[in-house]
Amino acid sequence: MKKLVTALLLCGAFAWAEAPQAVAIRNARIVTVSGPTIAKGTVVLRDGLIEAVGENVQAPADAWVVDGEGMTVYPGLIDAMSTVGIPSLAPASAAAAAGGRGGRGQTVTVLAPAAATPAPRSMGPEDRPQTTSWVLAADDIQPSDVRITTVRSAGFTTTVTFPERGIFGGQGSVIDLSAAEKAGEMVVTPAVGQWISVGGGRGGFGGGFPSSLMGYIAYVRQIYLDADHYKLVKDAYAKDPRGMARPQYDRALEGVLASQRILLPANRVVEMDRMLRFAAELKQPAILYGMREGYRPEAAPLLKKYNAPVLVSLKWSEPARDADPEQVESMRNLENIDKGPATPALLAKAGVPFALYADGLDQPRDFQRAVKRAMEAGLSREDAIRALTLAPAQIYNIADRLGSIEKGKIGNLVVTKGDLFDDNTRIQMIFVDGKQYKPAETPAAGRGMVTEEPGVNQ
Amino acid sequence: MRKLLLGLMAALAPLAAEDMVIQNATIMTVTKGTVKGSVVVKNGKIAEVGEKVLVPQGATVIDGSGQYVIPGIIDCHSHIAGDGGINEGSVSVSSMVDIKDIINPEDIAIYRALAGGVTTANILHGSANAIGGKTVVLKMRWGKDAQGLIFEGAMPGIKFALGENPKRAGNPQGGGRGAAQPVYARYPATRMGVEDVIREAFNDAKAYKAEWDAYDAKVAKGEHPIPPRKDLKLEALKEVLEGKRYVHAHCYRQDEILMLLRVADDYGFKIRTLQHVLEGYKVAKEIAAHGAGASTFADWFNYKMEAVDAIPFNAALMMRKGVVVSLNSDDAELMRHLNTEAGKAMKYGGVSESEALAMVTLNPAKQLGIDNRVGSIDVGKDADLVIYDKYPLSDYAKVQKVLIDGAVYFDRDKEVSGRPAKEAEKKKLIDKEKQLQQQQRPQAGRGGRIG
Repeated sequence: MKKLVTALLLCGAFAWAEAPQAVAIRNARIVTVSGPTIAKGTVVLRDGLIEAVGENVQAPADAWVVDGEGMTVYPGLIDAMSTVGIPSLAPASAAAAAGGRGGRGQTVTVLAPAAATPAPRSMGPEDRPQTTSWVLAADDIQPSDVRITTVRSAGFTTTVTFPERGIFGGQGSVIDLSAAEKAGEMVVTPAVGQWISVGGGRGGFGGGFPSSLMGYIAYVRQIYLDADHYKLVKDAYAKDPRGMARPQYDRALEGVLASQRILLPANRVVEMDRMLRFAAELKQPAILYGMREGYRPEAAPLLKKYNAPVLVSLKWSEPARDADPEQVESMRNLENIDKGPATPALLAKAGVPFALYADGLDQPRDFQRAVKRAMEAGLSREDAIRALTLAPAQIYNIADRLGSIEKGKIGNLVVTKGDLFDDNTRIQMIFVDGKQYKPAETPAAGRGMVTEEPGVNQ
Repeated sequence: MRKLLLGLMAALAPLAAEDMVIQNATIMTVTKGTVKGSVVVKNGKIAEVGEKVLVPQGATVIDGSGQYVIPGIIDCHSHIAGDGGINEGSVSVSSMVDIKDIINPEDIAIYRALAGGVTTANILHGSANAIGGKTVVLKMRWGKDAQGLIFEGAMPGIKFALGENPKRAGNPQGGGRGAAQPVYARYPATRMGVEDVIREAFNDAKAYKAEWDAYDAKVAKGEHPIPPRKDLKLEALKEVLEGKRYVHAHCYRQDEILMLLRVADDYGFKIRTLQHVLEGYKVAKEIAAHGAGASTFADWFNYKMEAVDAIPFNAALMMRKGVVVSLNSDDAELMRHLNTEAGKAMKYGGVSESEALAMVTLNPAKQLGIDNRVGSIDVGKDADLVIYDKYPLSDYAKVQKVLIDGAVYFDRDKEVSGRPAKEAEKKKLIDKEKQLQQQQRPQAGRGGRIG
């Protein structure tokens, strides 16, 4: 039994050496997500795309045929916020265990390990501290990241990968988790929004600016004021440069201006309120991420009021580890632990657009458990699947190519025996860009990372 | 379970403002002495005060027999209800940051302050730098969201700080930090440097203001120039120069107090309040001449070198020289018994009962420019009222009820009677968590299953 829960690191999954032109999965149950589920039908993939899907679709003569009898086909899962593909941003297990449980219940962002040479100490917003807004995750993708095969084995075919570092990390990119030789092949779309955090600084007395939450917020506000002004001056200069001092090039502002939306952290209801107001002030379309207190009755009406989509972390609050047994958790922590997993169900009921993200739960088992806890807390299987497929595709405005099984969309599929997220269900194959992958075999003992408690090992 | 939670929340939420009359109480109005009788509250405002009043139809009657009513206490110096630190100590001028951005309406200190009779507080940036962040005045409307706490219409402020704190980060010894830590010296390291930082900042602010004034003049003439860059740091100081933002300055020694008043005169702005101002009694005449208010401690002293010359007569002495004096807490705990701090002014300084009470009600209201709304029990003012069971300027007095805008935000009886239900709810969750952990352990041992 342990075999089944051990880590999936050793065994890579390889694309077929000779990839067929076309693949047809027939006689399978097809959960299209965008339309009704087909009890028995056929999906045809060709040249990386879905060529046909339906009850009466014939397998083309040149297609390799998979007998889907007793199998279910789902759209490939999308992790709506991830760092997969950028190995340097892989969460260290210690940092990951501490993540989401910040002091005084505040949102804490776990930063990537510090670079070899620390940045010079920032003396104010004009030094553009902790800013790499011009970065695109797509430019940092390394096909060799071991996490690609790990999360693919959990059914993920796509991640929205962000350069999660600093205050303005850069723009996220949609990445297909194929065994590509070149990173460029994996990129579905390179720029979906600017990743912003407002915590985790290393400033303080005598440290660099900013060193407090209000400093972070002031910095972000100043950047957007500067960006507006920059654009104004640049446009005027472009119109008629003669007699006008040329505006100074500023890559931080270029990166901000190039971003069509921003992603802001919000775990507590207080933070949701703060960040929604802030985004409205900045006049930026925003997606909130975190949502630890999304179960609270104030959360859904607030989110509806601003019509903001949200990303819900699957890393549910847990009791403090190695805590003094005599110490009693605060009421808020107890509620977070008890009711946190009800967040997706409550948001679904209220009609708030949301997607789920694994938040570092790379191991298929941890991810599956986390989704199951949300389902046990009231989330329907349909809504769970939608929150990992079509919902993120819609949030990032890529539903024309990903998120459901429809003709013409990208050929990303998960084929299972049994219902997705059931205990006994096994993923049979995964298709990314029309290419088939097997889930990584669970190795025998040795590298096994049997987690004593869920979420310990990442 | 959820129903119970919702029920609890409903119980905690303040009642909507309703017409109310507090009868047979001893009412300490602050402005018009002490009267026995009733206070009538209508539409969140004080409608009538006196021995005989007209009770509005349907008004809730609170029997105040043997009890005392005072205006809601106002704390002119507090750091509660903020998230993520109240010091942006990385730079010597941090006027770009704003406490308003980090209001935490769930800070339990708000509720505890309420339980101590505080209805309004001036939430200040810390004193780490010569020019600190922007500040905000809040009403302790526990249960409302961040915007719901803001004292609507109250003038925004900014924190300045003089003396040891703002020069500490410039001290090569690290100002108490461990020697093992890297020390980044931050200018300034002396009181002279603090003055220089303030002057330099206002030189910049004046230039910035001139740039914007020139732009505004061109726009007024119908031209379409490109506007100057908006700089949040200088914008706040421009507002100070324009009299649109109050300066609340942390200070101790008489020399630095005089320095700041001179700088303000030089640049043409006003210091609204001097905070702490423990040596204010030495320069009270100069403070009064500038028109600054003084917000001090009743008898807290000697906790650092610059506080050694503090005397508990400070408040009374400054008051007698014509300074508007308030007593503040600077602390979430002290905040809960500012009524006894006022009592100390009577003991040490011999001020009258009304004068002492004014130091925690009307005077801080004047200092914050909100005395048209709060600070005394006068007809037309906000019904921010505190009911005590005993004489309020005494250790024995306990707050019974607190009204803000005519709504009950704290009720001792409800608080005490509600505790068992809250404890039971908590115990249930603790038991559930324990159960869950026990369930998970053997399961993990078996290895679990994977999809």
